[in-house]
Amino acid sequence: MTTVSSAEHSRRDFLYIATGAVGAVGAAAALVPLIAQMNPDASTIAAGAPVEIDLAPIADGQIVKVFWRSKPIFIFHRTKKEIEEAQKVDVASLPDPEPDSERVKQGHDQWLVVIGICTHLGCIPLAHQGEYDGWFCPCHGSQYDTAGRIRKGPAPKNLFLPPYAFLSDTKIRIG
Amino acid sequence: MSGPSTYQPTNRAMQWFEKRLPIGGLIHSSFVAYPTPRNLNYWWTFGGILSFMLGVQIITGIVLAMHYTPHVDVAFKSVEMIMRDVNYGWLLRYLHANGAAMFFLAVYIHMFRGVYYGSYKEPREVLWILGVIIYLLMMATGFMGYVLVWGQMSFWAATVITNLFSAIPGVGDTIVTWLWGGYAVGNPTLNRFYSLHYLLPFVIAGVVVLHVWALHVAGQNNPTGIDPKSDKDIVPFTPYATMKDAFGMSCFLILFAWFVFYIPNYLGHADNYIPANPAVTPPEIVPEWYYLPFYAILRSIPNKLLGVCALFGSIGILAFLPWLDTSRVKSGRYRPLFRQFFWLFVVACVGLGWLGTKQPEGIYVILARILTFYYFAFFLIVLPLLGIFEKTKPLPNSISESVLDAKA
Repeated sequence: MTTVSSAEHSRRDFLYIATGAVGAVGAAAALVPLIAQMNPDASTIAAGAPVEIDLAPIADGQIVKVFWRSKPIFIFHRTKKEIEEAQKVDVASLPDPEPDSERVKQGHDQWLVVIGICTHLGCIPLAHQGEYDGWFCPCHGSQYDTAGRIRKGPAPKNLFLPPYAFLSDTKIRIG
Repeated sequence: MSGPSTYQPTNRAMQWFEKRLPIGGLIHSSFVAYPTPRNLNYWWTFGGILSFMLGVQIITGIVLAMHYTPHVDVAFKSVEMIMRDVNYGWLLRYLHANGAAMFFLAVYIHMFRGVYYGSYKEPREVLWILGVIIYLLMMATGFMGYVLVWGQMSFWAATVITNLFSAIPGVGDTIVTWLWGGYAVGNPTLNRFYSLHYLLPFVIAGVVVLHVWALHVAGQNNPTGIDPKSDKDIVPFTPYATMKDAFGMSCFLILFAWFVFYIPNYLGHADNYIPANPAVTPPEIVPEWYYLPFYAILRSIPNKLLGVCALFGSIGILAFLPWLDTSRVKSGRYRPLFRQFFWLFVVACVGLGWLGTKQPEGIYVILARILTFYYFAFFLIVLPLLGIFEKTKPLPNSISESVLDAKA
């Protein structure tokens, strides 16, 4: 058998390219389940359903740690002094500028609810430590204030806020 | 190095077999008759030591896997049961844990040797890049193995390292969730790390085969950096190189055994004997010693994304070394200026390792920044310029001449 190479596109060229394209699409489709299986499975997602937290037992100035989706959530019952500290800061001077009013729910100034994971590399900051009365991360020295905002250290962002809502004055639902 | 094998089995059965699968000839030409430069020093024995260490890790690892349970509830306990209940479990685990450290020690010596003698230069670029790939795979394997213990350091190392990917703009968090298989490091993470920790050593073994293949195509470099020119420059691999390798390996094993039997926990961290607790971060997180220089580079840069880029860049830059070094003289022996910068580079790497153990405050941050700068400057400024400005010493005419002159 002899092969004739022609400069023009032939029917055979088309068949080669079409076959190759279908093969490539098939291989890519086969990758989908292989990659998707690594994402959170149904039971993990189900276990990540919203949780309700009773705030009544949390004393003035106390910080409690609860878990939602395996993440620690800090619930900080702020004192008057701590609220004032958070409010009087010059917002423009912050590394990640956010006024205190955006950190809490309106009318619930005394309750700060944040995800207790340092935005640098994921360590859990220690409560009531550091220069700003908020948190201090022992891993790389990031410091957060009483509104959970980054003030000093390598973390790029303020502590993230979880999705939550007040069901009553003493009860919140996280998630 | 080339030409057909001279291997001629005398046994009739072997002859029959050789005709059908010439594996005896392959082994003979690769490890017996293989011509090696006559001037190889002991720094050249680390290739053999590394192959041996890979074998040790695979064998002890397979045995440990027979007793280990990759589940967050019992992983830590199963490791303690290996230590207390399994026959010789303590020995196997200490061999595996310290073996990883020895593996890295040997690979660092092997890499520094390659840099000093210009072993990455033409025609050994691919050989070098395969080595960089092996090193990357080793880092991934070592990291995932450390996580399997599921102590406090394991858990938080896994958290910090996987969070490096969260620095990627836009898709970072999606990637991290995908890596975890959950909303934090947890059981799915431990399971997949176990699976990959079992797989990767065999991938390493595969790349090692390519590495040795590339080595046997280009031939070994040697302390003069010039190619063998005649039979006077070479000796057969067996017995010369095999014996030298065996002696070097024996000395290395003494060090290994000293760690295993006398100070098995010296290189570890006490906090890793506390079971993983997702609610409490240990007061001080330190990676294993062999990652410390890179950890120091990460921390020396105040911006998260740039820090992560510097961390990966410091490893990735190694792959470009063959083209960054512009000098045509291979061996540091004939490059007086390069030698000084090289030893400064070694000091910088060790210094960064030391700084990796320190809290990132005050003078330590400044020192880490200076050394990080030098680390990159060595590759991006020093090596390209030295090739142009350095006045090298005259090269000998041949390997045998350099050896015999030294004797005379």
